Amino acid sequence: MKAMEKWRAFRNSPRYEDRKGAVVKKSKNLLMTLLQIILIVGIAYVILSPVIGIVSQSFFSDADSANPMVFTIPMQPTMERYEGAWTELNYLSTMGSTLLYTVLNTLFQVLICSMVGYGFARFEFPLKKLLFACVVVMIVIPSHTIMLPLYMTFRSMELMRSTMPMYILSIFGVGLRSGLYVYIFNQFFRGLPKEIEEAAFVDGAGTWYTYFRIMLINAMPAVITVTVFSLVWQYNDMFYAKLFQIPNSSLLARQLSTLQSNIGANLKIMNVRIQKLYVNAGVVLTMLPILIIYLVLQRRFVEGVERSGIVG
Amino acid sequence: MKKLHVSMATKRAVNGYLFILPWFVGFALFYIRSLYMTVQFSLNELTVLPAGGYELDFVGLGNYITAFTGHGTFKQTLVTSLSNMIIDVPLIIFFSLFVAMLLNRKMKCRGLVRAIFFLPVLMNSEAIAGTLDYAAQMMAGGLSGTSAEMAEAASSGAAVNMQYFIALFGEIALPTSVLDYVVGAVSRISDIIQASGVQIVLFIAALQSITPSMYEVAKIEGATGYETFWKVTFPMVMPHIITNTIYTIVDAFSQSEVVNLAYTTAFTESNYGLSSAFSVISSVITCAILALVVYFISKRTFYYN
Repeated sequence: MKAMEKWRAFRNSPRYEDRKGAVVKKSKNLLMTLLQIILIVGIAYVILSPVIGIVSQSFFSDADSANPMVFTIPMQPTMERYEGAWTELNYLSTMGSTLLYTVLNTLFQVLICSMVGYGFARFEFPLKKLLFACVVVMIVIPSHTIMLPLYMTFRSMELMRSTMPMYILSIFGVGLRSGLYVYIFNQFFRGLPKEIEEAAFVDGAGTWYTYFRIMLINAMPAVITVTVFSLVWQYNDMFYAKLFQIPNSSLLARQLSTLQSNIGANLKIMNVRIQKLYVNAGVVLTMLPILIIYLVLQRRFVEGVERSGIVG
Repeated sequence: MKKLHVSMATKRAVNGYLFILPWFVGFALFYIRSLYMTVQFSLNELTVLPAGGYELDFVGLGNYITAFTGHGTFKQTLVTSLSNMIIDVPLIIFFSLFVAMLLNRKMKCRGLVRAIFFLPVLMNSEAIAGTLDYAAQMMAGGLSGTSAEMAEAASSGAAVNMQYFIALFGEIALPTSVLDYVVGAVSRISDIIQASGVQIVLFIAALQSITPSMYEVAKIEGATGYETFWKVTFPMVMPHIITNTIYTIVDAFSQSEVVNLAYTTAFTESNYGLSSAFSVISSVITCAILALVVYFISKRTFYYN
């Protein structure tokens, strides 16, 4: 009885409404969080399941692949697939030259595109609007439109079957998605306070000194964003690699596309089911370097995008 | 000796030109020239000489006429690519905005989750996709692509009985076109997730750039979550929706079948003129779509600054 009275008293007191509000709010929040977790886990599953499949199959032995009872977790895991793919991809040397190619191109892209973006952001000169419209045109018109002339041009310069054409394009700021990078840098530099440069100018710093030693350092978020995008896209690019007929031995992506036939020819494995296991190992080996690079840069990258001018 | 007088403004202008010089040279040498050459090629019959040059033989609009009347698959490929693009782009935009809002809430292991959602961008390699496709084709018995697709369709059909749901919604008299769109969207959910990595990153950045005071005001005025989204979040990310839409359309186009067709026409069939005509036609259409989309979205956009 006493408890009942106590409850009635509490029911009529203003504290009851407060408590009720708090409980409703808390359960609402809990429900939202639950919904959020379910959605994120679901989408993450859709993204990860093919990757998990590839990784797990790359460890399958012959017996596992023939055994219908084996699902995802191999019963007799083997490194044989990786050994085969490693030698057939000529992994270390190919990866070395791929990384050299990717990193060099990224360096050129970051340097040139940041300069151009800075030029558009901070200087007034005649025809500026028109020239910047040309940058937008570069973003909008797909690079495929100009593939044939590029092919003909570099063919007549006898630069086919090498990585030279790509370097040339990057140095001249018309490489893979350069327009986008110029745009990002331009937006970012426009957002930086002008006082920085004025202070540098008063202290007697020249334009180029100001740019390299002060502005580029301040533009770190944009630099990181462009670096990650450029690294990833350059690494994954097949379009230019195919167009300029860059030799298989110098690009992992090119090497991968002939892996299956090489496995068949060199290791004398004719069963396509087994060949596919080697291909999976090759895919894992190809993905690994860029994944590691991304994970190293990741923390700075997400912060970087938030502050780089892409969205401003 | 009197020093030559140059005003500050001129000096700055010269420096500005110096900064953009490398790009300008490249743009003139490799871009404008190439665009001109593409149009020129498309009006000619092009023969590659073994020595290294090429020869042009003017045929007027012949290549364009062939593209639309003579060529077996071009029209079909173009229509398929365009309709795929039109279906996918709005879905990708809304999906990535939704996911960005989901990921923008405070939670544990946000870094890990964001890394997972960026994974498709890391893996979006034509080489990897092509190699796996090839392996799948070989598994399905030889080089006929259709059998692999059928095997895939059969296996995915086992999980969800699509026919049942189609009948279910058909009975409540939804217009067939809406139903088709929804069915199409559901069946390509995996593709859409794979294609929206960069967009999610951009939208997260956009959401972060909205000043928190706006949300505070909305909260004090008593706006519900729903109202806050439509009255604060959505208008504020609208400009970024334009950026993202442009990016998505260009990206979708560069991975479409038309581009493939243009590539094979040039490099395996050595029909360079026709290939250029394909490129010109599809680029013009893409640019027209882009212009339309940007026009319609920017009419409804509110610019904060």
